[in-house]
Amino acid sequence: MKPLRLAALFCALSLPSAALADDILVQSTTSTANSGLYDHLLPIFAEATGIQVNVVAVGTGQAIRNARNCDGDVLLVHARPAEEQFVADGFGASRTDLMYNDFVIVGPSSDPAGVAGMDDVQPALEKIAAAQALFASRGDDSGTHKKEVSLWGASSVDPANASGDWYRETGSGMGATLNAGIGMGAYVMTDRATWISFKNKQDYEIMVEGDADLFNQYGVIPLSADKCPSANVDGAQVFADWLLSDAGQAAIAEYEVDGQQLFFPNAPD
Amino acid sequence: MQDMGEALTVAMTLVLSGDDDLIEIVALSLRVSLTATTAACVIGLPIGALVATNRFPGRGAVLVVMNALMGLPPVVVGLIVYLHLSRAGPLGFLGLLYTPTAMIIAQTILIAPIVAALSRQVIEDMHAEYADHFRSLCLSARQTVQALLWDARYALLTVALAGFGRAVAEVGAVMIVGGNIDHMTRVMTTAIALETSKGDLPLALGLGIVLMILALGVNALVHSLRLTAVRQAHA
Amino acid sequence: MREAIIHGPEALTAGAIPASNLLPLRVRGLCLTLGGRRILNGLDLDLGPTGCTVLLGPNGAGKTQFLRLLHGLLEPDAGEIDWNGTAPEQVTSRQALVFQKPVLLRRSVAANVDFVLRSRNLPRARRSALLDHVGLGDKARQPARLLSGGEAQRLALARALATEPEVLFLDEPTASLDPASVNRIEEIVLKAVRNGTRVILVTHDIGQARRLADEIVFLHGGRVAEQATADRFFAGPRTPAARAHVSGGLVL
Repeated sequence: MKPLRLAALFCALSLPSAALADDILVQSTTSTANSGLYDHLLPIFAEATGIQVNVVAVGTGQAIRNARNCDGDVLLVHARPAEEQFVADGFGASRTDLMYNDFVIVGPSSDPAGVAGMDDVQPALEKIAAAQALFASRGDDSGTHKKEVSLWGASSVDPANASGDWYRETGSGMGATLNAGIGMGAYVMTDRATWISFKNKQDYEIMVEGDADLFNQYGVIPLSADKCPSANVDGAQVFADWLLSDAGQAAIAEYEVDGQQLFFPNAPD
Repeated sequence: MQDMGEALTVAMTLVLSGDDDLIEIVALSLRVSLTATTAACVIGLPIGALVATNRFPGRGAVLVVMNALMGLPPVVVGLIVYLHLSRAGPLGFLGLLYTPTAMIIAQTILIAPIVAALSRQVIEDMHAEYADHFRSLCLSARQTVQALLWDARYALLTVALAGFGRAVAEVGAVMIVGGNIDHMTRVMTTAIALETSKGDLPLALGLGIVLMILALGVNALVHSLRLTAVRQAHA
Repeated sequence: MREAIIHGPEALTAGAIPASNLLPLRVRGLCLTLGGRRILNGLDLDLGPTGCTVLLGPNGAGKTQFLRLLHGLLEPDAGEIDWNGTAPEQVTSRQALVFQKPVLLRRSVAANVDFVLRSRNLPRARRSALLDHVGLGDKARQPARLLSGGEAQRLALARALATEPEVLFLDEPTASLDPASVNRIEEIVLKAVRNGTRVILVTHDIGQARRLADEIVFLHGGRVAEQATADRFFAGPRTPAARAHVSGGLVL
């Protein structure tokens, strides 16, 4: 092939997909993406506003770091202290409660630690530790991981001492950690939305649920034009406003998997 | 192991259904990895040929570095490209992060060393054979490199395929710089990673099978082109 | 410098060409060590302007390396090679060397010749005459690498002749070829000599030396042991080593 034709081919193939200027990019936690919530919400939003929304789904920690590099327009995560820090540092315009669900601890039906049916999370964690039953942790600085660490912190156990023993830190996303945990027969803490839509459950069941400490709040933050002048802050604000509006909240509430509601809107009036 | 059987069924269904989303993902995979392979050849082949045909101080060190770079971890390449293309990075103004172009750049960086190092070996072997003849003809360095690249073209095609194979199969770099955005930067490997994280192992495996069929198809196409070319003219 | 009078294909078989001004050749004190082994050891040689000189000598006498030195592919450790005062960087391009194992490009027969013509900015129209001249006109489209040994060597000769060399080096061009191929190659070489090309040929085939040589140079012990006209040499070599070599004896 002649060099010129190669060059032409290269040019033709490498043209970036025309990303429209008013598209917005959401840096998001994985649970909202993997559970299919965006597939439900975004077409409704696009219909209403004509704005195309693209989603990068990574752990909450990674999403916040990406947003600190201004690589996105909206942050949608679930780790309130980190979110407030993000706003305090000037990267976010404002943080608003969007919706919640809850965390659950899933485990094999054989339940080696005997925690099935418990609704008090600290004693359950202590029983798992006492039985030295395997526990798979995200270990990735995600929102779920931060939550899990705070729950251990309130218990009498420091699992870090058992890291690599019965406490297994996968350093991966929720899905990968569930796959790994199920593969090794370990207990795993997961958000309910991911669990309901997760397809590789095998003999795993929800063991612990219903503790107020397992509450999982999601927040939405449009990026600030001061720190990120190149961000599409107008589009971001439109998206955040819609999510927090009655229409957006209703759309969140109506999303179900297997007949179960995954997220419960709780935007302030 | 029943997942394997299910995966095969899923793969067959996917391929036969001609699902629009799947076609889009396959097309993007091909576009990104073929473009990256082309770019890597444009960069890597001349470097490989120059190193193969020249003796210079520090050549040994260059060879070691070239060969070591073949083992570049995709995630590291992805991170480096991310840090440059991020809006906070030096090239952020280009607005390339989370576009197919960013993925092409990352894969090009990943496989250009493979093309350079492998082509260096191929061309050096051929040059050892041709060197006296070329020196007898008093060829210039440029003529020498051109003649070697042309005569080694079939072996270099295999080199390019090795690069393509690595590009189309890697997930770490495109995940970071592409973001696995639906209908925008989702390729076969990131789709597989996504389905795995959703626990949909049969679908992930099915996509994996489709990816292998894709790689098989590209290799078969190149192989038949090469056979035709060899038959028509030059062994 | 000799006028470039060869243009058409007929020149390949036409009458004599004025002697090359690359000659006479004067070699003095040539030394070469390769891989720790002294190959040439103070070699002196003078070659006249015309004809075919055959280099004879036992295995390892350094004949091949001597050709490479004369052609400028190798640098000697010591000594001088003087092509009638020609600047060393101009020597190689006015000569051609046919290697014992021809290095054919992985292209068609025609493309192998075209490659040489293009590298010298010579008209590609000369290709068919060159291929006809070596009897490969009907194989132009074939892959060069699929030629038989004799055909491959004739293609190498066509390529060498394509550059209109003033001096043509041949390194055992017929080693391990069948008698018919040897015949055809010798005919081509003789034609080149008759056309005025200065031929310097290495061979182990004493019969070939008798058929082609105007002059014999016998190398032994890293030097020229004997230099004589072919008639005089074959009438009776003067050195014991040459005598043994010609009679098929083992020379160490």
